[in-house]
Amino acid sequence: MIPAKFEYIKASSVSEAIGLLEKHGDDAKILSGGHSLIPAMKLRLSRPEVLIDINGISGMNSITEDGNEILIGANCTHADIVNSDLINSELNILASTAKHIGDIQVRNRGTIGGSLAHADPAADYPAVVLACDAKIEVEGKSGKRTIPATEFFLGIFTTALAEDEIITAIRFPKVANGNYQKFFQSASRFAVVGVACVKDGNSVKVGVTGVAGTPYRATAVEDAYSGSSDAASHAVDGLEDELMSDHFADEEYRAHLAKVMVKKALEA
Amino acid sequence: METFIGKPVKRREDNRFLKGAGKYTDDIKLHGMTHSAFVRSPYAHAKIVSVDTSAAEKAEGVVAVYTGSDACGTIGVPCGWQVDFKNGETMREPMHPLLAKDKIRHLGEAVAFVIAETLELARDAAELVDVKYEALPAVTCPKKAMASGAPKVHDEWEDNAAFDWCIGNDRAEVEAALANAHHVTEMTYKNHRLAPNAIEPRSYIADYDVNADKWTLYTSTQNPHLVRLLLCAFALGIPEHKVRVVSYDVGGGFGSKIYHYTEEALLTWASKEIGRPIKWTSDRTEAFLTDAHGRDHIVHSKMGFDKDGKIVAHLTDEFCAMGAYLSTFAPAVPTYLHGTLFQGVYTTPLIHLNVVAPFTHTVPVDAYRGAGRPEATYLLERIISKAAKEMDMDPAELRFKNFISPFNGTTEPGYQTQVALQYDSGNYEGVLKRGLEMLGYEDFRKEQAEARKNGKLLGVGISTYIEGCGIAPSAVVGSLGARAGLYEVGHVRVQPTGKVSVFTGAHSHGQGHETVFAQFVADKLGIPMDDIDIVHGDTDQVAFGMGTYGSRSLAVGGSAIIKSIEKVLEKGAKIAAHKLEAAEEDLEYAEGKWTVKGTDKSISFGDVSLTAYVPHDYPEGVEPGLDFSSFYDPTNFTYPFGTHIAVVEVCSDTGKVEIKRFVACDDVGNVMNPMIVDGQIHGGVVQGIGQALLEEVVYDGEGQMVTGSYMDYAMPRADDIPMIETDRTTTPCPHNPLGVKGAGEAGAIGSTPAVVNAVVDALSHLGVTDIQMPVTPKRVWKAMQS
Repeated sequence: MIPAKFEYIKASSVSEAIGLLEKHGDDAKILSGGHSLIPAMKLRLSRPEVLIDINGISGMNSITEDGNEILIGANCTHADIVNSDLINSELNILASTAKHIGDIQVRNRGTIGGSLAHADPAADYPAVVLACDAKIEVEGKSGKRTIPATEFFLGIFTTALAEDEIITAIRFPKVANGNYQKFFQSASRFAVVGVACVKDGNSVKVGVTGVAGTPYRATAVEDAYSGSSDAASHAVDGLEDELMSDHFADEEYRAHLAKVMVKKALEA
Repeated sequence: METFIGKPVKRREDNRFLKGAGKYTDDIKLHGMTHSAFVRSPYAHAKIVSVDTSAAEKAEGVVAVYTGSDACGTIGVPCGWQVDFKNGETMREPMHPLLAKDKIRHLGEAVAFVIAETLELARDAAELVDVKYEALPAVTCPKKAMASGAPKVHDEWEDNAAFDWCIGNDRAEVEAALANAHHVTEMTYKNHRLAPNAIEPRSYIADYDVNADKWTLYTSTQNPHLVRLLLCAFALGIPEHKVRVVSYDVGGGFGSKIYHYTEEALLTWASKEIGRPIKWTSDRTEAFLTDAHGRDHIVHSKMGFDKDGKIVAHLTDEFCAMGAYLSTFAPAVPTYLHGTLFQGVYTTPLIHLNVVAPFTHTVPVDAYRGAGRPEATYLLERIISKAAKEMDMDPAELRFKNFISPFNGTTEPGYQTQVALQYDSGNYEGVLKRGLEMLGYEDFRKEQAEARKNGKLLGVGISTYIEGCGIAPSAVVGSLGARAGLYEVGHVRVQPTGKVSVFTGAHSHGQGHETVFAQFVADKLGIPMDDIDIVHGDTDQVAFGMGTYGSRSLAVGGSAIIKSIEKVLEKGAKIAAHKLEAAEEDLEYAEGKWTVKGTDKSISFGDVSLTAYVPHDYPEGVEPGLDFSSFYDPTNFTYPFGTHIAVVEVCSDTGKVEIKRFVACDDVGNVMNPMIVDGQIHGGVVQGIGQALLEEVVYDGEGQMVTGSYMDYAMPRADDIPMIETDRTTTPCPHNPLGVKGAGEAGAIGSTPAVVNAVVDALSHLGVTDIQMPVTPKRVWKAMQS
C-alpha cells in the first residue's frame, strides 16, 4: 500500500492552484480530503506525478449565510457540515446526509468539494445538491463561473469541471423540508441507493444517487407527485438501460430499491 | 488464599495491546534489514511466456531479484495431511513452488521476488519486472472443476481431483434406508468461500547470520515449531537445530496462520543468498489474494425420517475446493474434521458422506475458524429445520426426538458415532432446553404469529451443534493421515526464588493464554498469579510444540502444563519431607506449602524452590533443581456442544435482515475464565453471523476476485450485531485433568445455521424453503418474489 512517486505542492491560493493545474495538466491531481484519491494512489490505480494540496487555501473552509442562501467552502469536511449550527437549522438535509458518510475518520478528513469533484456514482452528496438545486462555484484560468447541480454530473467520475478548474464553494438555498434516505452497501457503506427529497407544498424535487452511472433528478417522480408517495413507482423511468449492477445489487434489485427509497423519502 | 480458576480475571496481555505496545513481526527492525515485494500474477491461469528482470535489477536500491528460474524455483512447501482416494489411489500432491516458473495456477501467485533497501524501492522495482503471460481458461468452482473438459489445474493427472473420499456406513445400505423412509428432505447449496481477514496481515523477517551459520525467522504464525519443522525438514532441507522461529504477538489468525507459507521459505532461503535480513509484510490486497481461504463446499444432501420423525439415514455428496495447491492441513478439513461430525447430536443410525476434493484455480483453501465442523453443522442444522417444516413439526421438537441421550463419559460410556469418533460426554437436550428458556420460545411463537398478521416478517432459528476439538490423539490423527503428532508440550521452570516460568508449545494469537494458563498454574501451585510468567512463541525457549488451532490450547497444552506441575510437586515433596524431617506420605500440599498432617510444621513453596537450587541440606539421591517438561498426548478429542438461537426481522421492502436477538447456551466443559470464554463465544458468533449475512469471496468466470477489498468484502460491523445473550451448562471433559473442552471455535460453528434458519422461518409462510448464504438483501428480496 505504497503509492508511486509523486511531487507534492501546497497551494496557498486558488489562483496558484489553477496555475499549477494549467502547468501540469493531466499529470496533476488536486488533493483535498484525499479519501478517494489516496487509497487509489496506494493501490497504484491512480499515479499522478504532481499533487496540488489545496487544504491550506484560506477562505475555502467557511460556512456562511448569504441572504436566503448558504455558502459552503469546498474544503469543508463532512464533520464541519455535521457540526454546523447554521446547516443544522437552515439546511438540515445536508447535515443529516453528511452524518452517514463513511466513519468518523472519513468525516474528519473528507470534504464536500472533493466528493463532488470526484463524482463517485455511489456518493451521497450528489443526490442532495440535485434535490436542493444547489450551485457549484468553480474557478479556472478563464475566471469564475457557477454550474447548476443539474448540469454538473456528466457520468461515472465525470463532471462539467474543465481541466484547469477547481470547486471553490457550493451555494445551497435554505431548505425547510428535506430528507435523505440511504440504503447502504454492507461492505463499503456507500449508497446502493440514496434519495434526497425536498418538498415545498405539493411540489417535490428528488435527487437520486447510486442507481445510474450519473446521479439524476427523478423528474418523472416529480411530475407525477401530487402529495402521494405512489409517484415513487416512476423512480427509474427512462433509465432502464443505465442502471448500475454489481454483486451486491443487480439492475432488477437496484431498480426496486430505488422505488422503495424514493417512496420512503416522499413519505418522510 | 486467593484462587483464580473460574474467575473473570482481566487479561494481562491487554495492557500492551490496548496501548498499541504489542510486539508484532512488522514492528521488528533489524540492523541491515532489507525489504521486499512480490510480483504477482494478474491471471488465475496462465502460461508464463517470459520474465524479464533486467530493468528491476538495475533500479535504485535493489539488492536482488529472484524468479522461478532461480534455485528457489525448484523448492516447494509440503502438505501436512494425506487423504487418499477411496479406491486406494494415493492423494495427488502437486509441487507447491515458492515462485511459479512455467505456469500460473491462481490469481496472486508469486512470479518474482524483489529485495531492496527500502519498501518503497522494492515496490517500485517490482513494477519494472516484465512478465509476459498467455492467459488460459480458469475454473474456480469445485463442482465445475470435475466436469468433463474443465480446465486442468495440474496437467500430470487425468482430472482435477486431489482425492475422492468417503466415510460412514455402506452407501448402498444408506440409499436403501432412504428409499424406504417415510419422508426425505433434500438440500442443494453452497457453503461459500470466506477470506480469513486477520487484522494483522502475514509478516515475516528472515535473518541469516553468516558468522554463526544460523537462521532466525520472525513470523506471524500460530505454530512456530511446526513452521520450523516443515521449513527445515521438507522445504529447504536445512538443519533444524540451526533455525530459530520466533513469533511474538500475533494479531489474529482464525486458522490462516497455521500453515507454512511459500513466503516464509522463500525469505529464509534468500536471506542466506544475500547475507542480510529480509522483511516482507503482506498488504490487505495480498491478504485477500494469498491467505488460505475457508469453506467452499458444494453440497447435495438427503436426510430420511420415519413416520415419528426419527432420522433413519443421511446421505451427502460434496465437492470441496482445495485451491491450486494443497495447503498444510487442507485435505483434513472437508474429511476428518468434517465427515467425522456428521453424527451431530442425533442418533442417526446410517450415515454416508462422499467428498470429491478438486484442485481449482484459486488460492488454497484450508482450515478457517471451525474448519469442517461449521460446514457439517450448517448442513445438519439447516436440513433438520427444513425437515421439521416439511413434516409440519416444531424444529425444537424434532431435535428433542432425535437427540443422543445425556452421558457423562465416566460412569456412562462415551457415544460411538457412525463416523469414526467416540464422543466424550454430552447433554444436548440440556443446552436446547436452556436456550429455549433464555429466549422465551413459546412466547416468541405467539409474538411471531401476531407480527405476521401485521405484515411483519419475524423468524426464529435454532441450531444445536457439537464439535470435535482439542486435537488430538496422535495415534488417531496419524491413522487418519496426519503427518505430524498432535500432542503438546508444557514446561514448568521453578526459579530459585519460587517464581515460575511456564513454557508452552501452544501459541496465543489473541486467546489470552498468558492470563488463563497463569490462573490455573497459580491455583495448582497455591502461589500468586503475579509469580507466574507464561512464555510462548520462540523455538529457542520452548522445547517443542504444535501450536494453537482446533480449540486445543487449554485441553491439550494446559494438560501438558498440569503434568509438569504434578512432577514439580512430587519432587518438591521429597525436598519438603527432608527439610521437615517427616515422611513424604505424611505431608499435604495446600496454599503454597507442604505441611506435616495434623501439625503446624510446614515449609513454603519458595523455601523448597530455594533449597532445590541451593542444595546444601538436601535429600540423598535427589537431583538439584525444580524444572520439568512434559508431553501430553490426549486419549480423545473433546466435544463441546451448545444451542444457538437467532431471532430476525426481515424488511419486506428491501429484504434486509436485522438480527433482533441472539441467544447462545454453550457447554465447553469446565471454564477457567468465564470472561475470556464469553469473549471467544462473542467473536465466534460474530464471525458466524458474518458468514450467514455478509461475507463471501466471489471469483468471476475468469478467476478474478470480485471481492478483493473491504469495499466489496463485507465484514460484520458492530451495528450488524445484536447484544449476544450467553449462558452455559457444564459437562466436564472426562479425559483431561482440567475437565475442559474448547471454546475458540464454538461460536462460529453454532451461529451460522441459527441465523439462516431464522431468515427462512421468517419467510416460510411466503413459501421460501431455502436461501443461499450469505443471505444478502438482494437474495432475500428475490426469494420473496419467486
